[in-house]
Amino acid sequence: MTVSNNVTRFAELALVLTKKEIKVRYKSYLLGYVWSVANPLAFATVFYVVFQVIMKIQIENYVLFLISGLFPWQWFSNSVNASPGTFLGNASLIKKIKFPRSTVVLAVVLQDAVHFVLSLPVVVVFLLVYGSSPALTWLWGVPILIFVQLLLTFGSALFLATVNLFFRDMERLVAVIMVFLFYFTPVLYSEKMIPEKFVGLLTLHPVAPLIISWRSLLLDGVVNIAYVETSLVHAAVILFIAYLVYHKLSWRFAEVL
Amino acid sequence: MTGPIIVFETLSKWYPLYQPVTAGLKRFLFGFPAAMRSLRLNRFEALRDVSFSVYSGETFGIIGLNGAGKSTTLGLIAGVLSPSRGSVKVTGRVSPLLELGSGFHQELTGAENIELNGVLMGLSRRQVAERLKSIIEFSELGDYMHQPIRTYSSGMLARLGFSIVAHLDPQILLIDEILAVGDLSFQKKCTQRLDHFKKKGVTMVFVSHAMEDVTGLCDRVMWIEDHTVRMIGPPQKVVEAYVGSIH
Repeated sequence: MTVSNNVTRFAELALVLTKKEIKVRYKSYLLGYVWSVANPLAFATVFYVVFQVIMKIQIENYVLFLISGLFPWQWFSNSVNASPGTFLGNASLIKKIKFPRSTVVLAVVLQDAVHFVLSLPVVVVFLLVYGSSPALTWLWGVPILIFVQLLLTFGSALFLATVNLFFRDMERLVAVIMVFLFYFTPVLYSEKMIPEKFVGLLTLHPVAPLIISWRSLLLDGVVNIAYVETSLVHAAVILFIAYLVYHKLSWRFAEVL
Repeated sequence: MTGPIIVFETLSKWYPLYQPVTAGLKRFLFGFPAAMRSLRLNRFEALRDVSFSVYSGETFGIIGLNGAGKSTTLGLIAGVLSPSRGSVKVTGRVSPLLELGSGFHQELTGAENIELNGVLMGLSRRQVAERLKSIIEFSELGDYMHQPIRTYSSGMLARLGFSIVAHLDPQILLIDEILAVGDLSFQKKCTQRLDHFKKKGVTMVFVSHAMEDVTGLCDRVMWIEDHTVRMIGPPQKVVEAYVGSIH
C-alpha cells in the first residue's frame, strides 16, 4: 500500500469511528446535546456559589470567566478520562482485524472536539448576556486553539490508552491526576492571582497555557501568542512521546488483550 | 496464481505471562524485581516450530482441541500478532470473518454497522456505499436494517456479519467457526457463497470443530496438537486420525 493510500485509510477510519461515537452518544441520551452542555454549566453554578457568593472571589463576571475555562477543560478531561478504556473496550476488533489502532483513540478525542465546538454558541450567549460579544480574532484564533488542543488531547489520550493495556490500574491513577491537574490549572481562578514565585511553573504545566489562551481569546478577543506557543510545544512533546510508546507497544496489543 | 500465498516457516510464538503487569502499576512497582524476572522467564508457548504453506485458491482447514493454537495461527495470518521466532509471509488482502457481533456496535443500526465494519475491514467509504444495497439484499434483513442491532437475534447478527464479508472481495478469507448460526436457508446461502469464492480463486483458511464441514469444504487440513503441527494432508485422512486420537 502506498503512503497516500494509508493516509486516506487512516482518515476514513477516523471519520467513520468518530461518526459512530457521535451517533452513539446522541442516541443513548434523549437530549444528548443538552446533557453535555448541562454538565459544565452545573459545575459553573456550583463554583459560582462557592467561590463568588460565599468566598467572595474578586473576579468580574465570574460566571462568564468560569465558562470560558470550563468548556475547553471539559473537552480535555472527558477525552483523557475516557482514554484508559478505549483500547480495552475495542478488544474484539484489535484481536481480529489489522487496522491503525490509534484511530480508535482519535475518534474519541474528535467526538469531544465536535462537542466543544457545539458548545461555543453557549459561550456566545453568555458573552451577550454580560454585554460583550465575540471578537473578530475568533475567526483564526478558535481554529488554531482547537488544533493545538486536538494535538495535546490526542497525545495524552493515546499515551494513557496504550499504557493502560499493560498497567490496568492506570484508570485510577488518571482519576487522581486529573483532580490535581484541574485545581492547579487556572480555571477557577485567574493566572494573575498566582503568587509570583510560582508563575514560572505555569510554563511547565501541560494544560494551563492552553486554558489561559482560550480564556484570553474567548473573553478579550486576544490571541496570546506566548501562551499559544508554549501550549503547542507541550502538545508536540506529549504527542511525540505518546507516539513512540504506541509505536513500540502496538504490536503487542493483541497479546495482552 | 498457484504459488504459496501463506507461508509459515519454523514459526514459534510465545507470550510473556502479562499478569504481573496487568495486575497494575502499583503491584508492578512494589514487586519490581520479581515482576521483571517473571516477565523474562515465564512465558506461554502458543505455537512451536510450525511450518506450512497455503496455496492460492486453496481451502485450508485447521483442526485441533481448544487451546491448541488455532486462533493464534489465524491471528498471525491476519497480522495482529507477530511471530517470536521464524517467519510468516502473507501475500494478499486478508479478511477475517468475525465471530458474532464483534466489530458491531449495539446502538447503531444495521446499515450504520455495515459502514463501520466495511471500512474497518479495509473497504473505502465509497466502496461500502456502492455495495450497501447488495449487502442489505443478501442479508434479507430488510426493514430491520434501520433498527439498532441490539434488537437483533443471534441469527440475524450472523446474517449481517456474513453479508458484509461476502461483499469484501477478499483474497484470503479467515473463517473461525461461525457457520453454525443462522437458519438453514441462510446456512445454505453461506455455503453457496463460499463455493462461489472458491470458484473465484479466493484462498480460505477455515477453523472448525464441525468435522463434516471440514471434510466437505477443505482441500487440505492441518491438525494442530500441543501447539505444534501433528499432521497435514487430505481432509478425510487427517480428520480420521484426529477423531481416532480422541476416542
